[in-house]
Formats: sequence, structure tokens, C-alpha cells
Amino acid sequence: MSAAERTQAVDGIRPRRTAGKAVVAVAVLLLLAAAPLVLGAYPVSTMTRILAFAVLVLSVDLLTGVTGLPTLGQAAYFGAGAYTAALVGIHLTSDASVQLLAGLVAGLVTAALTGWVAVRARGVVFLMLTLAIGESVHQVADTWSVVGASNGLAGMPPITLFGGPPLLAAGFVYWWVLAAAVVVFAAVALVVRSPYGRTLRGIRDNEARMRALGYRPALARYGVFCLAGAVAGTGGALWAAHARFVSPGDLGFEVAALALLSVVIGGAGSLWGPCLGAALVLLVRDNLSAAVGGHGPLVLGLVFVAVVFLLPRGVAGLAAGIRRRKEGLS
Amino acid sequence: MTDVLTVADLRAGYAGSTVLDGVDLSVPAGSFVALLGRNGAGKTTFMHTVMGLVKPYSGSVLVAGRELAGAATHTVARSGVAIVPQGRRVFAPLTVAENLGLAARRGARTWTLERVYELMPRLAERRGHRGDQLSGGEQQMLAIGRALLREPRLLLLDEPSDGLAPAVVDQVAELLEGLRGEGIAAVLVEQDLHLAFRLADEVAVMQKGRIVHRGPTADFRADRTRAHALLGVG
Ligand SMILES: Nc1ncnc2c1ncn2[C@@H]1O[C@H](COP(=O)(O)OP(=O)(O)OP(=O)(O)O)[C@@H](O)[C@H]1O
Ligand SMILES: [Mg+2]
Repeated sequence: MSAAERTQAVDGIRPRRTAGKAVVAVAVLLLLAAAPLVLGAYPVSTMTRILAFAVLVLSVDLLTGVTGLPTLGQAAYFGAGAYTAALVGIHLTSDASVQLLAGLVAGLVTAALTGWVAVRARGVVFLMLTLAIGESVHQVADTWSVVGASNGLAGMPPITLFGGPPLLAAGFVYWWVLAAAVVVFAAVALVVRSPYGRTLRGIRDNEARMRALGYRPALARYGVFCLAGAVAGTGGALWAAHARFVSPGDLGFEVAALALLSVVIGGAGSLWGPCLGAALVLLVRDNLSAAVGGHGPLVLGLVFVAVVFLLPRGVAGLAAGIRRRKEGLS
Repeated sequence: MTDVLTVADLRAGYAGSTVLDGVDLSVPAGSFVALLGRNGAGKTTFMHTVMGLVKPYSGSVLVAGRELAGAATHTVARSGVAIVPQGRRVFAPLTVAENLGLAARRGARTWTLERVYELMPRLAERRGHRGDQLSGGEQQMLAIGRALLREPRLLLLDEPSDGLAPAVVDQVAELLEGLRGEGIAAVLVEQDLHLAFRLADEVAVMQKGRIVHRGPTADFRADRTRAHALLGVG
């Protein structure tokens, strides 16, 4: 095949691949939407938690996978969103959309206030700074009586939507969380494909070159840090809408580490891979843990080691490899 | 004619060591100056210091009359300086189109994406390919295209022929020759003397962080013994 033919072949594959992706996306969405119709309350509740956690993981992927900033601080913004949504639920309104917006703003503002220093660092220093932010916010939640200190915030009434009755059935809360998560996913995917996303990927690859093209990497990184804070805060609000209880454990180190683990397992930067990773991680931690005598963290550790050695680019990397082999390009 | 770049007594280096030891160099608007010198003379350091990627200890860097010594790199870039770095440094995981898109400016007058693709049809053919899937020559084209899209008044070219096959060097040379009518000035660092002589109006020679010779290309070319003494080549 000549070079020109190869170019044409690649161009020819593109639309088909996009169409294929769209079909898969619609099928997955339909399956997810139909889940409450066939599954019991307990699995639906588990799936709701996975979706909320996946939104947090999405924010970690935006920073770690897309921009190249490994973070252990996103649980702080997730927690800020969860607490704010719960406070709004307890004191102001049971309207889930208001709570969601409040959680988004809380995550955004907390990230904007704490991120300016962090985004000037890179690599391990950035990781340590975000860890410090996470631990500080955790400390505040653990000691501040207004948010229940170490007891957490209980007594959040069931959410309502558009002035309707309280959503008591697990299926309705699930649909709300699913709809919100899908919108957030689409928004993040759009950002990654936008010129701004291209800027972020450029910074990830070579910061000095971006400067030489007139960009200010620290500003762009601060922007994505705030955005990721808003995404994590939204995830927190969704978590609270389902759990109706928020405790310092929800924004602790473990949550931050599990979110980063989900990104590594799923394949950093692909967005959908880390969402799968989120499902795997929560299932192992909460559902499989009992079956293996409470050794969930050990299993996760082994999965992590296996992924790092066997699938350096995560589940998404594996999928890309299979696709390439099918097309005979590799 | 006014100078696009006037560098005076520029000192710079890394972590306290001195690489540029008082460089004086001016580049008239629209002209090409070849900056020659042995490996390690400080040519790349000079480019990087002008670009703000290396902070100078002292000295002056005037770009179109504006003092930019010690300024942030993005400020230098926005003042109309673009660099084609040694080793090309295209964005490897980004496609050709994305590489160029990052450099494209809104409201560009002279250098639009269409014009770059027209000038380098090879890039248009490969626009969906990743930077690291390109050949060396294609990467060099991409690096040049990326710099042109910035609509620079001053282009810093750091060894554009490095690692390219002779036929490809010729293509790059033609491309750069074509820029001479565009009013772009350039500092050209080049080991390939034929290419340097073909493109440059003037030659400057750097030795141990200083400019030790500066003059018209024709004079330099004619005096082989001096060229040999300065560069250690025939
Ligand atoms: N990042 C760096 N850190 C420390 N020293 C450096 C760095 N880059 C270059 N140097 C040193 O500065 C001196 C000049 O290097 P420079 O790259 O500017 O030379 P050059 O003239 O471009 O050489 P070449 O022709 O090989 O590209 C060399 O002694 C080199 O070792
Ligand atoms: Mg060099």
C-alpha cells in the first residue's frame, strides 16, 4: 500500500468507526436505563453509587489522563460537593437539580481557592500538594461541628425533581443520577475534543513548546483544575442524593486513591475506560470484599499490580489494541 | 533599515555556569542571518535565551524595539518570535492537524492553515496522522508550518536540516528560500554550510559564547582560510 492509499484507507475507516462507537454508546445507555426494570433494589443502589463515583473518576481522568497531572486531591472537591448538596437538602430544598448545582459550584469554588498553588507544580510535587489539600479538607470535615464533624451529616430528606413527590424508589434516584452522569460525561468529552482540550494535551506532551507558541500553561492548568473540581463536586452531589448521608470518610484518602486507581485500571485519558475502572473498583471494595474475607483492598492491590504489568494502558488500551489488530494496521 | 532583533551583551547559562558570554547580534528586518559555530558553542542556548526559555543573567534583547530580556516565553512568542527547535519537537501524540491547530491564530492574515497545507501538501495528506508517525522530513515541515502559523516577524531556525536526507534538505531549503520574499527575518543555525550560504544574507560565527565574526555571506564564503579557522572546517 502506498502512503497516499494508506491515508485514504485511514480516512475511510474513520466514519465507520465513529458510527460503530455511536451504536455502542446508545446500546450501553439503553442497557443502563433499563436496569431498574429488571434488577432489584440492591443492585440498582450499587449501580447508583458506581455512577456517582464514576463522575469523580472522570474528574481525575481529566486531570491525570488528559492533562498529565496525577492527583490525590479530587476527593476533597467530591466531598465539598456532597456536603454542600446535603446541607442544601437539609436546610433549603429537596430539589435535586438545585442540590446538583450547589455541589457543582462548591467543587468549583473549593478547587479555585486551593488550586492556584498546586497547578504551578508538576509530577510528584503536584501529587503531594493535592494529597495535602485532600487531607486538609478531610480534617475540616472531621472536626467542624456545622457539618457534623466525625459523625457526618445525616437527616437529608429524599430528593424531589421539578416540584414532584419525593423520589423514594431506588430506580427513580438511579435514573436521576444516570441522566446527570451522562450529561457530565458528554460535557467532559466535548471539552477534551475542543481546542481547549487540544491545548491540555499539548501541555501534557511538551510544556516548553506550548510556551513558545504563546500559551500560558499554568493558566490552562488552573482552568482544568477548576473544571475538574466542578465535575468532582457534581459527583459528590449525586453521591449525597443517593446516600442521603455524608461523612468524612467520603472525602478521605481512600476515596482519592481508589479514584486514581480506577483511572489507571481503565486507561488514563480515554474517559470511558476509567468509568469501567470505577465500576470494577467499587464492586471489589463493597461487594466482593465480604466474599474474600474482608480482603477487598488486597484484591484491589493485586488488580493494580496486574494492570500495571499486563495492561500498561488500561482496559481502554487493550480495546484500542484489539481494534488495531482487527484493522490489520499494527 | 530597522532591526527586528538587537541583542546586546547577553549573558546566560545553566545553574550558574556561563554559556553565553556577552553576545552582540542584530538582525535587520526581513533578512536571514546564519549563526554558525562548533558543537557546544552556545547556539541553541542563544535561541532559547532569546525565546525566554533560558533566563539571561544580564544583557538586552530587543524585539522590534521592545525590551524582552528575561520576559516570559509566551510574551516573547506573542511579540512575533517563533522557533523551529533543534530536534523538531512536534507534539508526538497529537495529529498533524492538531499540531498546526495549536499554532494557528484567529484572524491570521498572511499564514492561514490553507496556505500552510498548500505550501506543504505532504502535511495535508497526513493531517490525520500522529506527530510520531511522521518521517523526519515531515516532522521538520510540521515544525516549520507550526512556526509560520504564528505569523512571526522573526523565525529562529535551529538546525532545520539535521538528520534529513539530502533530497529532503533540498525541499526544506526551497521552502525556506520561499519565505525570504515574505518579510520574515530569521536566525538560522545550521551545520550544513551549503544550506547556510544558500539562505543567509549574512553570517555570524559564535565561539565559546561570543560572536567572533559577522559579515556578508559572500565575503565569508570567499575567504576559505578564515572560514576554516573560525569553524574548523573547509
Ligand atoms: N539544559 C542544559 N543544562 C546544562 N547545560 C547545558 C544545557 N543545554 C546545553 N548545555 C551546555 O551549554 C553549552 C552550549 O550548548 P548548546 O546546546 O547551546 O550548544 P550548540 O552550539 O547548540 O551545540 P550543537 O551544535 O551541538 O547543537 C554546552 O556545553 C552544553 O553542555
Ligand atoms: Mg544546538
